[in-house]
Amino acid sequence: MPPKASRAAFGEALLELAATDDRIVTVDADLSKSTMTIGFAKAHPDRAFNVGIAEANMVGIGAGLALTGKVPFVCSFACFIVGRFETIRMSVAYTDANVKLVGTHAGIAIGEDGYSQMGLEDIACIRALPNIPIIQPGDETETKQAVAYAVGHQGPLYLRLTRQALEPVSPPGYRFQLGKSVVLRAGTDVTILASGGTVSNALDGATRLAAEGVHAEVINAACIKPLDEELILRSAGKTGHVVTVEDHSVAGGLGGAVAELLSEVLPTPLRRLGVSTFGESGDPRGLYAKHGLDPAGIADSVLKFLNR
Amino acid sequence: MARPDTARLQATARACRVQIIRMLAHAGSGHPGGSLSVIDILTTLFFNRLRFDPKRPDWPARDRVVLSKGHCVPALYSVMARAGFFPESQLVTLRKLGSPLQGHPDRTALPGIEAATGSLGQGLSISVGMALGLRLADSSARVYCIIGDGESQEGQVWEAAMAGPKLGQPAHPLDNLCLILDYNKIQLDGFVKKIMDLEPVVAKWKDFGWPVLEIDGHNVEQIDKALDQAEATKGRPTFIVAHTVKGKGVSFMENDPEWHGRAPKPAEAIRAIREILGVSDAAWGDYVKTDRATAAIVAELERLEKT
Ligand SMILES: Cc1ncc(C[n+]2csc(CCOP(=O)(O)OP(=O)(O)O)c2C)c(N)n1
Ligand SMILES: [Mg+2]
Repeated sequence: MPPKASRAAFGEALLELAATDDRIVTVDADLSKSTMTIGFAKAHPDRAFNVGIAEANMVGIGAGLALTGKVPFVCSFACFIVGRFETIRMSVAYTDANVKLVGTHAGIAIGEDGYSQMGLEDIACIRALPNIPIIQPGDETETKQAVAYAVGHQGPLYLRLTRQALEPVSPPGYRFQLGKSVVLRAGTDVTILASGGTVSNALDGATRLAAEGVHAEVINAACIKPLDEELILRSAGKTGHVVTVEDHSVAGGLGGAVAELLSEVLPTPLRRLGVSTFGESGDPRGLYAKHGLDPAGIADSVLKFLNR
Repeated sequence: MARPDTARLQATARACRVQIIRMLAHAGSGHPGGSLSVIDILTTLFFNRLRFDPKRPDWPARDRVVLSKGHCVPALYSVMARAGFFPESQLVTLRKLGSPLQGHPDRTALPGIEAATGSLGQGLSISVGMALGLRLADSSARVYCIIGDGESQEGQVWEAAMAGPKLGQPAHPLDNLCLILDYNKIQLDGFVKKIMDLEPVVAKWKDFGWPVLEIDGHNVEQIDKALDQAEATKGRPTFIVAHTVKGKGVSFMENDPEWHGRAPKPAEAIRAIREILGVSDAAWGDYVKTDRATAAIVAELERLEKT
């Protein structure tokens, strides 16, 4: 499989699933070409609603559609989705409306557009709501399965998707399950938890570490809420060191969730890699290097963390 | 629809006003002003208009009411209890620990509530989505959304105002949606005109593409007629400006911003109930002897005063 952006895989999955499930509708706010619902909209013009650049209204309309039995995918850039947090909180979460929130353009990897378009706080915001699972798939295979899962899931849900293409990382025969993570590479010295855009870099980082004699276990944490606590605790118990790698603020995202889990259940030395400043314009690779999220940066941080 | 039985609706609205005062006094907090201004509208909707079944609150073909100004939910609870969604005795649990009668509407706690509201400005978007979903399903159910005048200052209201007449066109126009403005001229901090005037409100909504009707929001015949007209209007949702009086029915609450969000003390509640029932102070003692239901509510309030 060639690399593919998870937003592109999402658009394809939606089109496929919609052929046999007429409950599926989309609600967009003038970004359907970017969220990739455009294919669905062309195939099903009567089921795709573009409300214009009015994201709060988009979220509310999605709630109303869900309350009449539709399965609405409400889509925009991740930053604009959680920009309407108050509407998500009331009209979707507290109302318990069966809305599938889709935030694309996650993280600094969107590159040149710069900070204003980067979703860097979305996981932290949504994670504070008690009833919205958060899924950030790591490649095309996982994205398509996650979208299918989202359709069947009863209740609100948040899908975090990338603009950039993702290398395939899922093992053969992989089946997505809510609350389950998967070990992509077994190891004994350190546990690396990555999600979405950082998974393949974590794997490449682990290859570099192996050359230094460090055996890293790499876990794809596509499910950020609920976390696969059992798997994470088992791995942390084995390696004694945990590193999280995410294209999101270091506060409140995957790293925050893992810190909360470990400090309460199994205190373990932890290093959170992520974004600790505002984002900025630049080429995506350069940005990942600058923020230490590329394979070399991840390997360096792990070595320092392990005092090697 | 048949012509409303005006006397019956007025009597029902009076009974609901009494319940609003009763439950707010027991709760010790809440919003009487906007509950009293919207109650004639809710009464006309629930007892002369809506298709619903309290035994099946999730019946797909039901008409829906979204009370976007969620702080006025005591008014909604009073009509829901009377309509049989839950016993009237439960009204005194308003705002108490464990009660499904939350301080603002909670859909997951109380069957019959259509959406969580209370953060102002969101109900119309939800209603637009519901109206669209019902149209797509070829349902004949209607959606009624009620907003406040202060609430109309929220930006999301205007996003939804722009969408209402356009979304779903041409195959699925949202003429199954009716928006009612409880235009009581007062918000939390004071008079709307002084804080951030809405005028010219009719022209604004007309410009956004909504047919607009203007009525006295306490006149059940005018309310009913406007709802008829809204139902007969094809191709677009209808906007009804209901001119109302905040605190309507209780002399010391009417038109006074102080009573936006303050509950009556038991003695104030008893006086309010007497005024709602149109009984003079002199005649009250004899009246209470003849009206056992009211006597029970009054006795309950007198006990509350002692605790
Ligand atoms: C978003 C939001 N901001 C502030 C409040 C606090 N609040 C509750 S009621 C109210 C005034 C509402 O005025 P209006 O819409 O005119 O309601 P009514 O007069 O019918 O009571 C305010 C500011 C709120 N509930 N939601
Ligand atoms: Mg008002």
